[in-house]
Amino acid sequence: MGILKDLFKDYRFTIGFIILCLLVFLAIASFFSPYDPIEWLQVARDKPPSWPHILGTNSKGQDVFWEATFAIRNSFIIALIAGLLSRVVAILVGFTSGYKGGLTDRILMGISDGLLVIPLFLILVMVTMLLREAMTLVNTGLLLAFFGWAWDARTIRSQVLSLREREFTQTSILAGNKTLPLVTKEYLPFTMPLIFSTLINNIGWAIGMEIVLAILGLVRLEIPTLGTMLQWAISYQAMLLGHWWWILTPLILTILLLVALYWLSVSVSEYLDPRMRIQRIGAK
Amino acid sequence: MKFIKDYLFPRLVQYLLVVFCGITAVFFIPRIAGQDPVLEMIAQIQVQGGSLDPTAVESLMKSLEELYGLKGSLFEQYITMWKRVFTLDFGPSLFQFPTPVSDLLRIYLPWTMGLFITSTLLSWILGNLLGGISGYFSQKRWSKVLDAIIMVIRPIPHYVFGILLLILFAYVWPLFPVGGLVLGRRTAFNLDFVLRVLHYSFLPALTLVILGGASWFQQMKLLVQNVKREDFIQYAQAGGVKERLIISRYVLPNAMLPQITQLTLALGQVFSGVLIVEMVFSYPGMGLLLYRGVTRGDYNLVMGITTLSILTIATAVLVLDLIYPLLDPRIRHR
Repeated sequence: MGILKDLFKDYRFTIGFIILCLLVFLAIASFFSPYDPIEWLQVARDKPPSWPHILGTNSKGQDVFWEATFAIRNSFIIALIAGLLSRVVAILVGFTSGYKGGLTDRILMGISDGLLVIPLFLILVMVTMLLREAMTLVNTGLLLAFFGWAWDARTIRSQVLSLREREFTQTSILAGNKTLPLVTKEYLPFTMPLIFSTLINNIGWAIGMEIVLAILGLVRLEIPTLGTMLQWAISYQAMLLGHWWWILTPLILTILLLVALYWLSVSVSEYLDPRMRIQRIGAK
Repeated sequence: MKFIKDYLFPRLVQYLLVVFCGITAVFFIPRIAGQDPVLEMIAQIQVQGGSLDPTAVESLMKSLEELYGLKGSLFEQYITMWKRVFTLDFGPSLFQFPTPVSDLLRIYLPWTMGLFITSTLLSWILGNLLGGISGYFSQKRWSKVLDAIIMVIRPIPHYVFGILLLILFAYVWPLFPVGGLVLGRRTAFNLDFVLRVLHYSFLPALTLVILGGASWFQQMKLLVQNVKREDFIQYAQAGGVKERLIISRYVLPNAMLPQITQLTLALGQVFSGVLIVEMVFSYPGMGLLLYRGVTRGDYNLVMGITTLSILTIATAVLVLDLIYPLLDPRIRHR
């Protein structure tokens, strides 16, 4: 409990936490939606915000508020699949590469450097163009996970490299510990904060990518996500027609979500790094 | 000689490997997915109302196969593809049939490169300078305010930030055009034209500079905070070296070197960002071309864009790697 109390002293943690809670609450609210997320013409069209449609209605005849709850839930699903799965790959590659070194390291880093240099976004577009019909939530998440590990594997590797040089590694090996327990019990706790912050960054990347793929019409557009919601609003000229409630809702929700996650991650990693903590208090 | 063997040679090998693997991937992705551009093209012609008799279809298929490089076995196709890459010939574009993809790319690429180079340089320099100074004076009030602003901007994706700027400065307060700078085949190069281009490119460039700058700012700030704790800085401070000199001669150069390496690694992502921002602002570059290609199902065009982008980025990374020794005395003297 003490840790949480310390964390809440940081305004960024508090704000991030509250916003994230609100968004999760919205995502859960989607289960109680009075409307179907896909069906058109369920309510009067293009109405500005008023009771009972607190965020107005869109040109498809849907309630923007309830549509947004589905969008958040689905974007969460995509981002979590992409983030968690690519973490597994990034951790495996990063640890093997950093701990083994030598040829293994060079091959693995060669692959991930290659992935980094190629504009991945374009490859992603090429693949989704061919799989357009199959781009459901889960598949979008899987595809993003497949492409989103290279940078983080590199980051994790560099930390493992420095851990390997520390004394406790030698002590542990001399004490007869096998590689696997050494890595999971000794290294993993050290790298946890880093893994956590790469997770948050990756979630941000996944949500941003999903939006672009949706704008390009490369995901199943009838499934509401933050990206498809924006795509519909743009393709119905919401900006030109002044339907600000429709286009601003997905935009603001995306920003809130990503800023909240980012603040949480920065705050936690600063907390876990005592040097940063001292700086925050104000010592030079 | 040692320099060539230890530094130059591995870089060149990496360059060739990346280009080779990337383009090979571009070649195999559609073939794994089993898409046949020829059949699709014919279907498209038929949808558009052209009725074709069987013999015409057959001859059309033959010539299209030749155009798209789909003749012969997979291996022969692969060889043909490499020949085409070297001559930068990507076949005809579907949505502007029969304009060759390479013609389209030739028109749009300079625009993308202009935006890419200007915005990357500006954001790197501004982000690093501000981040460096702000990291050195991290306890000052303005530094904290700046940091708070960056904390909000940093996590916003390119598309979302671009749309926000577009709404603010093109709809709500119409300072800038919504987009739609149209490219003529021959444009007079005079002051009027330059001003118009600046007017149209301002918002896209601003988006890229702010977002890119925010991320360099934060990395640089962390780096400088670490360099600041090094003994030689404390010694310089104790020895009474002027603060401005400490920053410009000792802190910034030391922290900036790793940032160049970071730039080479991030270049692919930065380029993706440029393409995305071009879509938002309908800026006449490869991003807009990509958008049109994707929405019209023009696979040939998308493949051409991807291939050219891989070549461009890999070459840019190589150039940066080759410049690096000029800036880093440790490598130069090795």
